[in-house]
Amino acid sequence: MVKIAEQDTSLLNLFNESRSLIEKDSSPLVNQWRTKAEEAFKQLGIPSNKVEAYKYTNLQPWFKAQYAYSFSENGYQGKIDEIFKCDVESMESHTVFMVNGKFIPGSNGNVLPQGVVIGSFSELAKKHSLIIEKYYSKIAPVTEDGMVALNTMFANDGIFIHVPAGKVVEKPIQIVNILTGEKDLMVNQRNLIVIEENAQARVLFCDHTLTQSRFVINSVTEAQIDATANLDFYNIQNQHNGTIQVGGYYFNQEKQSVLNANYFTLHTGIARNNIFARLGGEHAENHISGLYLIDKNQHVDNFSYINHAVPDCESNELFKGVMDDASTGAFTGRILVAKDAQRTNAYQSNNNLLLTENAKMNTRPQLEIYADDVKCSHGATVGQLDDNALFYLRARGISKEEANILLRFAFAYEVIEKIQMPELKEQIRELVEKRFRGELDKCDSCVVCGQVDKNAMRCV
Amino acid sequence: MPEIRFKQTILECIMATEQDKLLEEVTNREYQYGFHTDIEMDMLPKGLDEEVIKEISRRKKEPEFMLEFRLEAYRNWLKMESPDWAHLKIPPIDFQDMIYYAAPKKKPQLESMDEVDPELRATFDKLGIPLDEQKVLAGVAVDAIIDSVSVKTTFRETLAEKGIIFCSISEAIQEYPDLVKKHLGSVVPPGDNFFAALNSAVFSDGSFVFIPKGVRCPMELSSYFRINAMNTGQFERTLIVAEDDSYVSYLEGCTAPMRDENQLHAAVVEIVALDRAEVKYSTVQNWYPGDKNGKGGIFNFVTKRGICKGDYSKISWTQVETGSAITWKYPSCVLMGDHTVGEFYSVALTNNYQQADTGTKMIHLGKNTRSLIVSKGISAGFSQNSYRGLVKVSKRAENARNFSQCDSLLLGDKCGAHTFPYLEINNNSAKVEHEATTSKIGEDQIFYCNQRGIDTENAVGLIVNGYVKEVINQLPMEFAVEAQKLLQISLEGSVG
Repeated sequence: MVKIAEQDTSLLNLFNESRSLIEKDSSPLVNQWRTKAEEAFKQLGIPSNKVEAYKYTNLQPWFKAQYAYSFSENGYQGKIDEIFKCDVESMESHTVFMVNGKFIPGSNGNVLPQGVVIGSFSELAKKHSLIIEKYYSKIAPVTEDGMVALNTMFANDGIFIHVPAGKVVEKPIQIVNILTGEKDLMVNQRNLIVIEENAQARVLFCDHTLTQSRFVINSVTEAQIDATANLDFYNIQNQHNGTIQVGGYYFNQEKQSVLNANYFTLHTGIARNNIFARLGGEHAENHISGLYLIDKNQHVDNFSYINHAVPDCESNELFKGVMDDASTGAFTGRILVAKDAQRTNAYQSNNNLLLTENAKMNTRPQLEIYADDVKCSHGATVGQLDDNALFYLRARGISKEEANILLRFAFAYEVIEKIQMPELKEQIRELVEKRFRGELDKCDSCVVCGQVDKNAMRCV
Repeated sequence: MPEIRFKQTILECIMATEQDKLLEEVTNREYQYGFHTDIEMDMLPKGLDEEVIKEISRRKKEPEFMLEFRLEAYRNWLKMESPDWAHLKIPPIDFQDMIYYAAPKKKPQLESMDEVDPELRATFDKLGIPLDEQKVLAGVAVDAIIDSVSVKTTFRETLAEKGIIFCSISEAIQEYPDLVKKHLGSVVPPGDNFFAALNSAVFSDGSFVFIPKGVRCPMELSSYFRINAMNTGQFERTLIVAEDDSYVSYLEGCTAPMRDENQLHAAVVEIVALDRAEVKYSTVQNWYPGDKNGKGGIFNFVTKRGICKGDYSKISWTQVETGSAITWKYPSCVLMGDHTVGEFYSVALTNNYQQADTGTKMIHLGKNTRSLIVSKGISAGFSQNSYRGLVKVSKRAENARNFSQCDSLLLGDKCGAHTFPYLEINNNSAKVEHEATTSKIGEDQIFYCNQRGIDTENAVGLIVNGYVKEVINQLPMEFAVEAQKLLQISLEGSVG
């Protein structure tokens, strides 16, 4: 019998006490996974840094505190979209809101193509039982990660996106995740995205915090990308220092599908991204990138696992980070090339800049290869700006500060360049530049989302 | 059993007929060095407890501090678990079903070669260890170890003139207890890890090298290890101390008799380099790897660590790993002094069902420290070959520099090649780079060779030798030749 840690016991107790509340609004298909998840959680628990995958991020201390948990209400009264106008300037989108993990429809009036469904996970799970049966907890296995098990136990609401075969959603689907409330709060959000054959969609997750309370958010997103389908996925994190976010993103790709996934961590407390992409059909490809710009005591840990399960697939991975003050960064990139997954091309790169003597970076670029006809490479660097480059600029009359900013920006731009939406690219570019110039100390009233009204609710 | 010469003198090595011999030997596909010597053994019964440790210590007439050292290690070991984080499948090992002490019965107080046990001498001859006068030309001093007790040490007088101590560790414990007490366990403490703790508790023998201030050791020091008796785990302990401004190059090579039963080999090597000292440690490891179906073979669980204690010191590890069923080995450098240098060059070849999880740790503590890692993995057959390495730059290690290059070559589609580097950087003035590639031998390369009349098997050998050249070049010449031969032999039958 495994000894169950204190925080795990209290979470298990909470689960048992409130199970009926959680299950009340959920689909039976979702509920049937809870017992299994509970069993798994008893074994796994909240991972500490003794768990190899969480070596550089010990989550246990953060779960020892008491958090409020809201099962039916989002805890926020009022019409969020009236005061929080969150859209990238000049970018039209299908915007919806998630407040404390609960779905709130947007009111921008954009019409979705016929058959495309965007909405509350708890409601739509009941309607689309076929989809739930096929994909729910199939892409993100509960038995491997304690955080997924925890999420599956408590999973209640989140976002549900279904794009039927052949449909193209032209405008990006923007999901604004807002955390707000007077009390410290824990949220388990569960999302499911299904892009059927030959369909296309762009999904943008923006994560924000509105109040200074401590938030623990454990989200799991499962995404199925069918044959020849195309998904562009963006996640922009802009949360206050007291946020602990564990985001599990699980992608399953069928043949000839394309996934672009981009992660921007601009401000956070403790952020851990678990990115799992399985290339399950021939000639599928994915391009996953990330940029993390952190300072103070922030901690960002990007963990990625690219599974080349079949031959002839391609993956590209690029993660870059700039660590300021006493911040710590971590990166793990595992590329698995399964037996017989011949003619695989897999590339991975992780580059980091440490700006101060207190900043830290831990990186683990890993290859696990069981096939011989492959081209795989990975590289990792940790260092500072190139002195020669600095000298070059200074010799041309550019001040030291300006030269530094220019070079840092050039460093970061390689990731920004990968954004496929021009408006968003411009927005992020501006934001990053401001950030390097020190004009944007932290989430500046949601510049990401073009929040300009001075009286409007501000993101803290 | 075929009688093949393992070691050749330098004269032979440079002869033009070398190529022909290589070809001839390559055709012999079985593991060549599997022979077994019958020597009367003096051994303790199977099993391990405090009494066994006390008995080992008593038989070896060790001073009190050694017994305490062993017992402390044993008590630590009891609390530990066998590590399971490596990318290896290790069958359960019954540590009570092993003999922890075995020594040849004849006491090794010998003046001339005639007094050496003829059986033992035959073994040496098969190994080609140069014991007679001619070997002076070869420039090799050999401390030969057959199961635990050092039998004969050559060239001691020559070395003694310069003040160099090169003897078995048990002798050192008797004769230089202060030196041993000061340094033993200072790099690999008794409770370091599971296998190191076990070694500290029961180690039977090994080598001790001490290079005094300002002395440059005039010859390559080498020692041969053999596992010889049934059911005997070997627990060597090597300690090398290089004082200020000294230099030594130490060679370790091994072959083992063919056996069906798995045998455990848990050695510990400690290196201490003081101010401006340089230590070069080279290994060619060729323990019995098991047969074609993965049956038998040696478990090689080794802890090797060197500490660059003084400023401007340097430790360089070079290893060629071709044998063992399972290899678990991470020669490491602790760069404590300022301006110190750590190097690691490795070729790890696995064939059939062999498994290797090997690499290095470079711990940067001092200022302006540098480390270089060059690792070349080759996997064939059904084998699994992993590189696992850590580069750690501590907060106070200003201007640390590391470059790591890890390449993997896959021969065949049933094997695996893996890379698990860890980079932990706590100082912003550090420059750390890691790069790794995995590939197979290009068809165009083979075609190019075929066109020129080189058959595929030889072409693979040629390409592999080119691929590992960067590492092999680091070895002393005679070792380099041996290593090349080993690679060719180990690759036999892997090209289909």
